[in-house]
Amino acid sequence: MFLSVATAHRPATDLGFLLHKNPARMQDLDLGFGRAVMLYPEANDARCEFVLTLDIDPVALVRGRSGSEGLLDQYVNDRPYAASSFLSVAIGRCLGAAMGGRSKERPALAQTKIPLSVTVAPLPVRGRPDLVERLFSPLGYAVEVTRHPLDPERPDWGEAPYVTLRLSGTARLADLLTHLTVLMPVLDDRKHYFVGEDEIGKLLARGEGWLPDHPERDLIVARYLKRRGALVRQALAQLAEAASEPDAALDPAGQEETEAAIERPLRLHERRLDRVAQVIAESGTKGGTLRVLDLGCGDGKLIARLIRDPAIAQVVGVEVSSAELARAARRFETLPEALHRKLALLQGSLIYRDARLRGFDAAALVEVIEHVEPDRLPHLERALFGDAKPATIVVTTPNRDHNALFPGLPADRLRHPDHRFEWSRAEFAAWAGRVASDHGYAVRIEGIGDAHPDYGAPSQMAVFSR
Amino acid sequence: MPSLAGASAITVPDFALVVLIGASGSGKSTFARRHFRATEIVSSDVCRGIVADDENDQGATPDAFALLAAILDLRLKNRRLTVVDATNVRPEDRRKLVETARRWHARCVAIVLDPGEEVCRARNAARPDRAFGPHVIRNQMAALRRGLRGLDREGFRQVHALRSEAEIAAVTVARERLWTDRRDEAGPFDVIGDVHGCADELEALLDRLGYAVTRESRDGESRYRVVPPPGRKAVFVGDLVDRGPRVADALRLVMDMVEDGHALCVMGNHEAKLEKWLDGRDVKVGHGLQASIDGLSAESAAFRARARRFIGGLVSHYLLDAGRLAVAHAGIKAEMMGRASGAIRGFCLFGETTGEVDEFGLPVRQNWATAYRGDTIVVYGHTPVIEPAWLNNTLCIDTGCVFGGRLTALRYPEREIVSVPANRVHAEPARLLGPAVGAQAEADNLLDLSDVSGKRIVTTRLLPSLTIREENNAAALEVMSRFAIDPKWLIYLPPTMSPCETATEDGYLEHPREALDFYRREGVRQVLCQEKHMGSRALIVVCRDEDTARRRFGVAGGLGAVHTRTGRAFFGDARQQDEVLARTGAALAGSGLLADLDTDWVLLDAEIMPWSAKAQALIAGQYAPTAAAARIGLHALADALRRAEANGTEIGDLLSGTTDRLGRAERFAAVLRRYAWPVTTVDDLRIAPFHLLASEGQVHADKPHAWHMGHLARLATADPLFRATATVAVDLDKAVEVEAALAWWLDLTAGGGEGMVVKPAGFVARGRRGITQPAVKCRGREYLRLIYGPDYDTPEHLARLRQRGLGAKRSLAFREFALGLEALERFVAREPLRRVHECVFAVLALESEPVDPRL
Repeated sequence: MFLSVATAHRPATDLGFLLHKNPARMQDLDLGFGRAVMLYPEANDARCEFVLTLDIDPVALVRGRSGSEGLLDQYVNDRPYAASSFLSVAIGRCLGAAMGGRSKERPALAQTKIPLSVTVAPLPVRGRPDLVERLFSPLGYAVEVTRHPLDPERPDWGEAPYVTLRLSGTARLADLLTHLTVLMPVLDDRKHYFVGEDEIGKLLARGEGWLPDHPERDLIVARYLKRRGALVRQALAQLAEAASEPDAALDPAGQEETEAAIERPLRLHERRLDRVAQVIAESGTKGGTLRVLDLGCGDGKLIARLIRDPAIAQVVGVEVSSAELARAARRFETLPEALHRKLALLQGSLIYRDARLRGFDAAALVEVIEHVEPDRLPHLERALFGDAKPATIVVTTPNRDHNALFPGLPADRLRHPDHRFEWSRAEFAAWAGRVASDHGYAVRIEGIGDAHPDYGAPSQMAVFSR
Repeated sequence: MPSLAGASAITVPDFALVVLIGASGSGKSTFARRHFRATEIVSSDVCRGIVADDENDQGATPDAFALLAAILDLRLKNRRLTVVDATNVRPEDRRKLVETARRWHARCVAIVLDPGEEVCRARNAARPDRAFGPHVIRNQMAALRRGLRGLDREGFRQVHALRSEAEIAAVTVARERLWTDRRDEAGPFDVIGDVHGCADELEALLDRLGYAVTRESRDGESRYRVVPPPGRKAVFVGDLVDRGPRVADALRLVMDMVEDGHALCVMGNHEAKLEKWLDGRDVKVGHGLQASIDGLSAESAAFRARARRFIGGLVSHYLLDAGRLAVAHAGIKAEMMGRASGAIRGFCLFGETTGEVDEFGLPVRQNWATAYRGDTIVVYGHTPVIEPAWLNNTLCIDTGCVFGGRLTALRYPEREIVSVPANRVHAEPARLLGPAVGAQAEADNLLDLSDVSGKRIVTTRLLPSLTIREENNAAALEVMSRFAIDPKWLIYLPPTMSPCETATEDGYLEHPREALDFYRREGVRQVLCQEKHMGSRALIVVCRDEDTARRRFGVAGGLGAVHTRTGRAFFGDARQQDEVLARTGAALAGSGLLADLDTDWVLLDAEIMPWSAKAQALIAGQYAPTAAAARIGLHALADALRRAEANGTEIGDLLSGTTDRLGRAERFAAVLRRYAWPVTTVDDLRIAPFHLLASEGQVHADKPHAWHMGHLARLATADPLFRATATVAVDLDKAVEVEAALAWWLDLTAGGGEGMVVKPAGFVARGRRGITQPAVKCRGREYLRLIYGPDYDTPEHLARLRQRGLGAKRSLAFREFALGLEALERFVAREPLRRVHECVFAVLALESEPVDPRL
């Protein structure tokens, strides 16, 4: 990774005093994760250019991180080369005084705006291509972005996800370095270290004077804090107080087209869970004795509703993912003892017969079947309707007809990358009808969410009973 | 009939519950020690000692008896004779013991020790630790004598009362084998289905099986003389009688064979009914029984008497061949085998019924075989089926001969079905013959979680017991449930492969010399070096036609599947898979391979190229960007360094170092390009199969790799979609051949080729410590940039990368190899899917072990 800072302020070699680095010689500094090298390709009265480069140790990068972020981390990656949070850390460590606006020899100059130009290469950019301009232009820089092919010999591979960034403008050197340290990891949208609460303080300090009023403030905060919801909300609340506009919306700008984002305006999932919990609670004839399965319980949002219902005596959450199950267990750690006694969490799979699931009054499968490969659905049907046989089974799944109404969703895409299918109302009704008749259940279907006259409700629910 | 007589010689079954009954001081413990092994005795005193450190602590009695009951339960479950040494003088003391024995079908034997009250009292007086009053003994004696006559009603099949010190001292105790236990007979056997008086067909079947059957007159009676093929013995599943035209001859033939030691026969429900009629008891004579009555009435009284004796001597089932085979009329559960009880007899005669009747008025049968999980093969009859079909290691061979079907035999251990057609319809069936074909397929439609979850121990042919940890199984369950293809197609997963030892040669992390040396050290002399293709691993299971897929794999629709090494569908696009399968099938047929292997399906292990076909996201998102990032950043740096140098700044070797790095990044990019080309149609793919793993009836792990390569090369000539794989056979003792192999590797890898795989020439080879690694890989110097990064081969990095441990990877490779082959052996032997799935699931579970993925 490569950072160059140049000035045309005269005498340009004063840059050396601002950076506390002698233009006449090369210096280096061991940073633990690699070596920083600093030198001046050009240093004269008219122009002085400083270069900072980092030689990351790729072997050390892999060691001691096994499994921490997925196995692919152990394979080849761009971290030794791309301008990332590593470079931000290096700037802080190598050029700390300059970033703080301190200069022993030229204290006044350190507080003065001087003509500066910067080159960063390669700068990873995740998200919309104009993001670089949207981040730096509001800070008063002229932005020049050079794009690169992914492989010059393979034009069909398209563009690389990196640019060479050139900024120019008149600024205090300290401000320029601060902007870079904050915004480079934001563009990269990754960090090589754990982001905790102290990161908020760092961001607020570095963002002082420019971040509260930056038009992309919310995105910067969300990405800088790695989208850790609680941290982001806390930081935004503090920034809102500092902002000139009094009541800015506290809405972290997630750029991904996640299911939640697509459906969010409807708060659909909440309504879905409420409705399913209601149907289940009403399925019992005698109060207080219902034994309920939440199949594919995820981290336990439906369980949280069911467990407090006095009509329900027992809730068993079943989930195939150990990680999700662990999250669910954590969610219910603080549950009062009397409620906790009603709860059991099991690892299980809906496509295997499972004797533990027999003899229940009701089962919920909320947004589960669309995650099952179509050719394995018959296994789920046999295991659930043919073997476990709860008296009531509630199945919800997206209504594909409704997808036409989601602005962010192209016609050939599904709402979630792991969805194996999404059914139209007709397809869902046909499936539910067949399964019900194969296994001796009666079935009724209703929509969940606000129904559109042509496309129906966003989600659909089948209630099977026998 | 229980004997109440005093006995000087007691004979007990070798599997029984022996209850010693006697007052305190009657000498039970001494008696037990004299006649039984220490481990066979469960003593209430010892149990008191275990739970309370005091054998006489009466307060500990409830806990001591709970422990005694638990030990007894487990011993009987494991079919171990057990002696209960406690006073046991009251019926309520004994009831629980008898209940436990019933649960495990153990015979109950009571041995009463009654040396007289005086003797007991004197013995207790001599023991200071037994300080209880004389009334205790007296009460015990009274209770004992009161209960004596009721012991048979309590469920004791033998009662032996020893009424004096002398009698107790003189008695001997012998063991006898249960009649059902013929584990010492290893066969080979020919198990023959329900005959029902079809003597013509039985004679024809015996003839087909190689038994010479002649008829002669002996002592005025017509008798059969049968000469079986050498060493073989017939086993009849019962129901010899009723319904058919020649009941007496069928009986005569089987009786003669059994008498001469050429056959065994178990009791069928029709024999049980005929026995009642022969005894003159009141039975409802239906159409079936009438045939027997007519047949036997035409015979002499002597014959009828002999038949009665014969039927009276029939047992419920036989356990044979060291417990590997059980034969019973209507089936048997695992916990009943080699034991005897009324419950077992009922089950063996009638099977398991729900108590309901069907629309024909016949009992609704519970299919016990669907729940059967035993290792013992069960062969049975009773329920006519159109065709015998294995289900969970069980086989019904009643093919309804008397109803115009066939008379069927199973040759064991060959597992070969031999049958002859019925001459005509002798009787009309009350209900249609059940569709046995697809019974296993039907049962396989739903696998049971308990067959894969938790800690499991898998027994394989190559490795006797392989432990799979619970957390690994949990990880595998997630992958299997969310991403894997239909388990019916997933009959195999390949083992991981270890690289060779780390090279010492300058600049190399892996060098072929190490790969060859590994096998030399293992004592394997002949190896095959095989070009390693850089694509994506694919398993291709393909059938000749959809009918084969339905019949053999139980899958409706489709010719097969192409899946990855973790069981996922290889192709995202189902049409591409269909085309690859169709062309693979056509090439297999066209090249004559299907015919030569006498098969309708084949499982191939292959590499599908290009790598980009499967790994495009990885290439575009990770590998190519790495090269691009290096290129962009290093170019900018090199430019700055040149200017700095021109300005006279001392920069040491930084510029040359940077241009070197740039050069390595470009070499990295070049390797990458080699493995990525655009794929729009199947024609853009290349498939290089290297193992012909299995086909009908055969796992080809018994053939050398050269055989596999030779056969698979024929695909390449049939369809350009397939690529033959270059190989070099090496005799490790011949330096010339070794050097040639090294040169071959250098040539192969110079341009970025992935490298080679070295395998023992035979598929499975023995090394210094048993079975050795099935293969080791040796990857090219340029190729390894993709694995370890563009700069991996600089001296400072290489020195650290060389510190890599191969032990975990090799252990995994070896265990997964054993599991994969076991899965295939089981599939080929038509074992139930859960047995195949167990192994496949275990491979997936082992793959969740954290191992450096760069190896």
